[in-house]
Amino acid sequence: MGITEQFLLAFVSGGLVCVVAQLLIDLTKLTPARILVLYVSFGVLLYAIGIYEPMQDLFGAGVSVPLIGFGANIGRGVKEAVMSDGLLGAITGGLSSSAAGITAALILGLLASILFKTKSKRM
Amino acid sequence: MDNKTKKELIIKHSPGSTILKNSILAFIIGGVVCSIGEGLLMLYSYLGADKKTAGTLVTISLIFIASFLTAIGVFDKIARYAGAGTLVPVTGFSNAVTSQAMDAKSEGCVLGVGSKIFTVAGPVILFGLLSGVIYGIIFYFWNMILPFIN
Repeated sequence: MGITEQFLLAFVSGGLVCVVAQLLIDLTKLTPARILVLYVSFGVLLYAIGIYEPMQDLFGAGVSVPLIGFGANIGRGVKEAVMSDGLLGAITGGLSSSAAGITAALILGLLASILFKTKSKRM
Repeated sequence: MDNKTKKELIIKHSPGSTILKNSILAFIIGGVVCSIGEGLLMLYSYLGADKKTAGTLVTISLIFIASFLTAIGVFDKIARYAGAGTLVPVTGFSNAVTSQAMDAKSEGCVLGVGSKIFTVAGPVILFGLLSGVIYGIIFYFWNMILPFIN
């Protein structure tokens, strides 16, 4: 698959994932925070039923950059941990695999609050 | 007000056209964010990272960009048009964390920033982990009973 096709697939699939969320916001009055929770849990579900991995192979960042990918990452961590550690893995796997994203977001958020004066009001 | 401007106003404020406009903007900007992710993914793979590491680096990079743009006040300007286009990618998660932390600065470091930083991140992490634990338990017992089914 060429570079152009890969970009196009990521653009279209990522765009569609966002449109679904936009329609949910506009038509059902779901709050943005609920959309994020919904998407993460949906990502775990997609991974669990085995749909996510073939989707990621095809669409790349189009499905891994939206929060579905964050959820799927939790699913992947849990699956790998259960396979190596048994039932204990159900508890340890989720945070281990999502550690990078969570830690980066929190530490950068804290740094920003120390270094910058507030301008933003959102959510 | 003549008929023409009246008509334009009606079109402008009818929910149908707003929804269509929001969806188109979300599609384009969301697509662009994911394309940037795809570009970074190719870059990190080209530099020698394996698939898993490259994916993690892309997440961290986008979180960094979104956090920085939030801090300098640019993210909100984009998000006003983008709607779900910047919310649903991992950039929205990062923006929620950073903006909450910055807003809570005046309320103190521990119970202000330290707790408010989780206003949106908390539910996302909690329910993501809950789904993960449920999946883990089902996966474990499924693997146990699988040999008996076959």
